[in-house]
Amino acid sequence: MTQPAGLLESMRLVVRRELTLAWRRWDEAAQPLLFYLVVTTLFPLATTPELATLRTVGGGVVWVAALLSSLLALESVFRSDVEDGTMEQWVLSGQPLAWLLLAKVVAHWLLTGLPLVLISPVVGAALGLPVGIWPTLVLSLALGTATLSVLGGIGAALTVGIRRGSVLLSLLVLPLAMPLLIFGARAVSLALGGESATGPLQLLAAIFCLAWSLGPLAMSAAMRVSTEG
Amino acid sequence: MWTWFHKLSSPPHAYRILGRLAPWFGWPALGLILLGVYWGLVKAPADYQQGEGFRILYVHAPAAWMSMFIYVVMAVAAAIGLIWRMKLAHAAAAACAPVGASFTFLALATGSIWGKPMWGTWWVWDARLTSELILLFLYLGYMALRSSFDDPRRADRASAVLAIVGVINVPIIHYSVEWWTTLHQPASVTRIAKPAIALPMLVPLFIMLAGYQLYFGWLLCRRLQGEILRRERNAGWLQEVA
Repeated sequence: MTQPAGLLESMRLVVRRELTLAWRRWDEAAQPLLFYLVVTTLFPLATTPELATLRTVGGGVVWVAALLSSLLALESVFRSDVEDGTMEQWVLSGQPLAWLLLAKVVAHWLLTGLPLVLISPVVGAALGLPVGIWPTLVLSLALGTATLSVLGGIGAALTVGIRRGSVLLSLLVLPLAMPLLIFGARAVSLALGGESATGPLQLLAAIFCLAWSLGPLAMSAAMRVSTEG
Repeated sequence: MWTWFHKLSSPPHAYRILGRLAPWFGWPALGLILLGVYWGLVKAPADYQQGEGFRILYVHAPAAWMSMFIYVVMAVAAAIGLIWRMKLAHAAAAACAPVGASFTFLALATGSIWGKPMWGTWWVWDARLTSELILLFLYLGYMALRSSFDDPRRADRASAVLAIVGVINVPIIHYSVEWWTTLHQPASVTRIAKPAIALPMLVPLFIMLAGYQLYFGWLLCRRLQGEILRRERNAGWLQEVA
């Protein structure tokens, strides 16, 4: 390799590295998904087993559980790289740090967000949501978890050096994620009522575009603060 | 030409200037707030719909405006600190945060007290109340992030990034009553049209707002002096001053 890697090449390398590392510890990578299943199971146990009643809050429960599971996984997305010095090498590498961090977030979403999105119809059915709303549920969750990966990436980059920063990470990211939750749950409840959910879905898509375009810049600024000290 | 601005970034100079400025904010603030309270509670006419109960407006609305204003001030100070690496700008942002959080809490609490007799409920999850609550969480998260770093420089820069990322919430709060049908009434004053509120009621509102602004100015002077003292506690120039 005599030339520095171009943009696409560096993204491919980072994503492949992350996926390979996760595959070697696939049981760790599966933990957020298991947490998601366990949390969604808690709600029918705590409220009522009747599907007709669960249906009214089912969309919200699926969304809140997806938010919390994603946050759990986000806490450690940068930690091991910062601890062993890889992140410093990335900061000094001359590659755009925002792009490299975006690549990490892409890999992170593929490992945690995507499984949540794929299993959400099953979870939704368990909470009484009908088959007809699955497309809206899946699309809203896909946009929401992807946006949350970037927002959480900003929070993770800010808190990576703090001991026991996981609760602080949630405190910082959840207020920023509340609009996502509002629109996502609204999309599902509109679809449940048989109406068109394009309004909230378009707003979710807009927030997604905003997060993925400007978010990596904030992540790279935060990461420089955390690594340069 | 910009010497006066550059000199402001020197802590001893800034400390002296802030000490001289503070009374010019403080006493007018006290006077205006007292005048606004008297005018709003006693002199202004009663509302035809809400009766005397609307008078809590004179505490609630300026507090809500200040909560958004202070967040923007904090974000701008944080941005100045990040871009031009001015320690004092970071200190100003740190000084603003608890004041802004207090105004946000005051707005939420007085709004809740007003809502119970007028709407019949202490709270409702409509767009404006929810986004104001999110603003409170953003302030508290900023203060929590700041306090979790041992190194003051890292604390400054990390919380600056957070403040700038969170500023998107402020326009959402302001426009929330236009974009969504909410229980909270739409904007009567801060809009590009004639105010929808009668002049005898509007005047004490602006007096209270001016009083709150000057109060914030006074608080910021004093708190910034405190921040300077804390950050420069090992410096030589402190011996002569404090």
